[in-house]
Amino acid sequence: MVFYRLKDLIKAIRACKTHADERAVIQKESAFIRTSFKEENTELRHSNISKLLYIHMLGYPAHFGQIECLKLAASPLFSDKRLGYLGTMLLLDENQEVLTLLTNSLKNDLNHANMYIVGLALCTLGNIASAEMSRDLCSEVEKLLGSSNMYIRKKAALCAIRIIRKVPDLQENFIQRASSLLNDRNHGVLLSGITLITEMCLSSQETLLQFRKAVPVLVRHLKNLVSAGFSAEHDVTGVTDPFLQIKILRLLRILGKDDVESSEAMNDILAQVATNTESSKNVGNSILYETVLTIMETPSDNALRVLAINILGKFLSNRDNNIRYVALTTLNKSISLDVNAVQRHRNIILDCLRDADISIRRRALELSFSLINESNVRVLTRELLAFLEIADNEFKPSMTTKICLAAERFAPNKRWHIDTVLRVLKLAGNYVREEMLAAFIRLVTQTSELQGYTVQKLYTALREDISQESLTLAGVWVIGEYGDILVSGGSYEEEELAKEVSESDVIDLLESILAGPFANQVLREYIVTALMKLTSRFTSASSSERVKQMLAGFSTSIEVEIQQRAVEFTNLFQYDEIRPAVLERMPVMQIKETVIAGERLNSAASGNTGSQTSAPAGPSDQDLLLDLMGIGTSGGTTNAQISTGAPASSGNGPANNIDLLADLFGGSSVSSLPTASNPSAAVVSNLFAGIGSPAATSPPVSNAGANILDLLGGGMPAAAAPSTPAPAINRTASSNSNGSASAQSPAQKTFPVYSKNGLSIVFTPQRDSANPNVVNILATFNNDSGVSGGAINGVQFHAAVTKTQQLQMRPASSTEIAPGGNATQLLKIANPQKTPVRLRLKVVYTTVNHGAVTDLSEFAGFPDGAY
Amino acid sequence: MINFILIFNRQGKIRLTRWYQYMTDKQKSSLSQDVVTQILARKRGMCNILELEGRRETRGKAIYKRYASLFFCFGIDWNDNELSGLEVLHKYVECLDQYFGNVCELDIIYNYSAAYQVMDEMLLGGHAQETNKKTVVKHCKGFDKLEESDSIVHNLRASNIA
Repeated sequence: MVFYRLKDLIKAIRACKTHADERAVIQKESAFIRTSFKEENTELRHSNISKLLYIHMLGYPAHFGQIECLKLAASPLFSDKRLGYLGTMLLLDENQEVLTLLTNSLKNDLNHANMYIVGLALCTLGNIASAEMSRDLCSEVEKLLGSSNMYIRKKAALCAIRIIRKVPDLQENFIQRASSLLNDRNHGVLLSGITLITEMCLSSQETLLQFRKAVPVLVRHLKNLVSAGFSAEHDVTGVTDPFLQIKILRLLRILGKDDVESSEAMNDILAQVATNTESSKNVGNSILYETVLTIMETPSDNALRVLAINILGKFLSNRDNNIRYVALTTLNKSISLDVNAVQRHRNIILDCLRDADISIRRRALELSFSLINESNVRVLTRELLAFLEIADNEFKPSMTTKICLAAERFAPNKRWHIDTVLRVLKLAGNYVREEMLAAFIRLVTQTSELQGYTVQKLYTALREDISQESLTLAGVWVIGEYGDILVSGGSYEEEELAKEVSESDVIDLLESILAGPFANQVLREYIVTALMKLTSRFTSASSSERVKQMLAGFSTSIEVEIQQRAVEFTNLFQYDEIRPAVLERMPVMQIKETVIAGERLNSAASGNTGSQTSAPAGPSDQDLLLDLMGIGTSGGTTNAQISTGAPASSGNGPANNIDLLADLFGGSSVSSLPTASNPSAAVVSNLFAGIGSPAATSPPVSNAGANILDLLGGGMPAAAAPSTPAPAINRTASSNSNGSASAQSPAQKTFPVYSKNGLSIVFTPQRDSANPNVVNILATFNNDSGVSGGAINGVQFHAAVTKTQQLQMRPASSTEIAPGGNATQLLKIANPQKTPVRLRLKVVYTTVNHGAVTDLSEFAGFPDGAY
Repeated sequence: MINFILIFNRQGKIRLTRWYQYMTDKQKSSLSQDVVTQILARKRGMCNILELEGRRETRGKAIYKRYASLFFCFGIDWNDNELSGLEVLHKYVECLDQYFGNVCELDIIYNYSAAYQVMDEMLLGGHAQETNKKTVVKHCKGFDKLEESDSIVHNLRASNIA
């Protein structure tokens, strides 16, 4: 059945036993209303809309009634109009295009003689006006602001707020009228007027300055309210119009901000309000709260500030949770003004951390963190750690970060710092951000005196609990790095006895973590690397053998990164002479600040562990070994340290994008280089080649520097270039800059390759600027045959390189060469092993004099070691 | 300012809504659902303030108070005076009480338009406009009187429907 009246519909809906019943009733009714709308049934429009609004309130679609609402609003009948406007406010919003249809009826009604009709129009406009409507109806509202009817004045004032919010440019139109509202005697108008002025002052600095002169008027109003006797009209539990008082206080706060003069003018009244307001009820407290905010945010005198802080102190010990919440919020805002005053309430604030109410816990937590300083960091951190243990999970991520940062900032000593972070890892290891973990590992590497302590602690912690991811990650890394210290077990100075830890215990632990339910890919990556490092930390052959077996298991892992690591590590076992060097201890990380985005970049570039901890996602185009050895893509100081420690590998130089393993193990020719026995020169070579400048161009000099330059590729006889005697490392920088400068000069060495039948080919080699292992050779074909010889046609040039090198050829600029003209073609030779460049060439061309020619030749004319 | 008003009962059924800040229907329903469930989960004696974290446009606080079976909830700006907001809320309930004479949930259900009328006499665009109970009720009755003046039409319509 279909219900005709709202009351019946509501009854029917309330009688529904199930949600499905209710839906059925409403669907039926909606369908009826829809048809009724379609049939333009004006008689039923009123009751249809009232039913539809009820349906809408229950959360069912009612947008099809929008137009009908607008029609009702335009009706001459008051009851229709009333419901029409109500429906418009409920069903439409500022973004509906049909809203513009309302403008006209609003305009009529704003000019209506009946105040209730004007009131309806103002209310609708003030609630849902769009920018367009605001512009169209601004002048009407402005006029009504000066109406003699206070009912209309107050509504117009609030309506003006909406207009200004939608179109800020219209603000000027209201300033004049708004300031006259300040003298209104009706509280409703005053309240609305002050709200309007507050809004205007917030949106425009200019208006704010203009209204500063109104401070005395506002102060007078406030004084009247405070000192007025009982007035039944405005009394709220013994306080006269608290709403107006609060509005005035708020406006005073905005006007007095950063202005000593206005602030002085309000000092007295603020003191009066602060002392005289009754604080036993919520009403009084709401005024006190607003007063405190005003005192805090304006340059009021000190006595007043003390008063305000005392009020907050009282608030904090209030039984009412609302008041406590408000106190915590305000203390948060005012902590920058008076830290010591807030510190006094520390214990109460910490108590609030245990409150049952999450709103209070949140505020208290925020406040506690801003209270931390050097002198109380121990106490507060202990409390916060205790809270971390019981905190809601939503708090944990930010808490762990904040505790770690506070520890880093205020730590009294390293031991305490390490202990604190360890505790965080233990309590909430699943909620620790990567940056914090990286910072912890950095801390451990920097604190050599506590490495033994830390590794012991972490080992013990992991024995107890492997469910906290960050703890496990940190533990695995530190154990891998300092496993030897763990096993030697000397420096454990806790009261409990240092327990003997054997090598197999450590490997057992790692194995159990792998087998545990919490192992994920990142963790497995950490463990594989840690195991490998342990082979050089541990002495016994059996543990090394065990690691080998475990790695072998991983060499078939479906996780590519892990498989790659395992295979590479397994191969490394065959090169025992370099393995310890490759697995050297990480250099001390230099960067101190945490949470810098660039940090990851830095750590990745210097190839330290940071890149392993913070970017475990998988291999970049760098080989993992690059990481391990600390040889980055580009030279840096850390490179030098590492290379010195591992001279055997340093001769290779960096090998970008090319498998370093091949380089490491296949580079037999490298060892024959003279620099292999000269570590310091090798370092330089590393540094240099890392920079990858184009061919350095000093002539060979027979001193140590020659070796350096040799390696750089500078050994190529380039007579035109300035020679830089660079025997000492500290000169390398300048030599390098010279080198790159001269590389730009035109005087590049050329090598004749072929000359026959009027065609000559010349090579101009140059080291690639992006990759020192690549030689770019520009082949220039010249037609020397003179005018008589005619053009050379169909030139084709083929080349082949030795197996260790790779060749890439670009298309020639032309296959036809006019007499006296030339063509060029670029060859790129990748030569990672720095073997001598040897080319086999084939030239095919046709000349007028010689017909078709095919020629084969060989070229090996580059000086040894140059490319 | 007040961004929204929600009135719902202990079962979480929404009885009245008013949005002073533009929001899409989706945002409205997810926000009201969120607020209702959170408030219903809170115990007596906890503070009447609920922080609404989230996207910028909805970041704010919900202040609420329970009257018999109904929860009245205002969504206010982050920096608004929560205590004063609670007073306004209480004033609204007082006005409803005065208007209906001992208001109950059913009054609001069956006469939702009157509840809106009281609201619109007290608040406009999310700001308090009149805090004097007598004035508010007086004007609400004024509206009703004006409506009665076209009761002849009403009666006509009623007889038509019947």
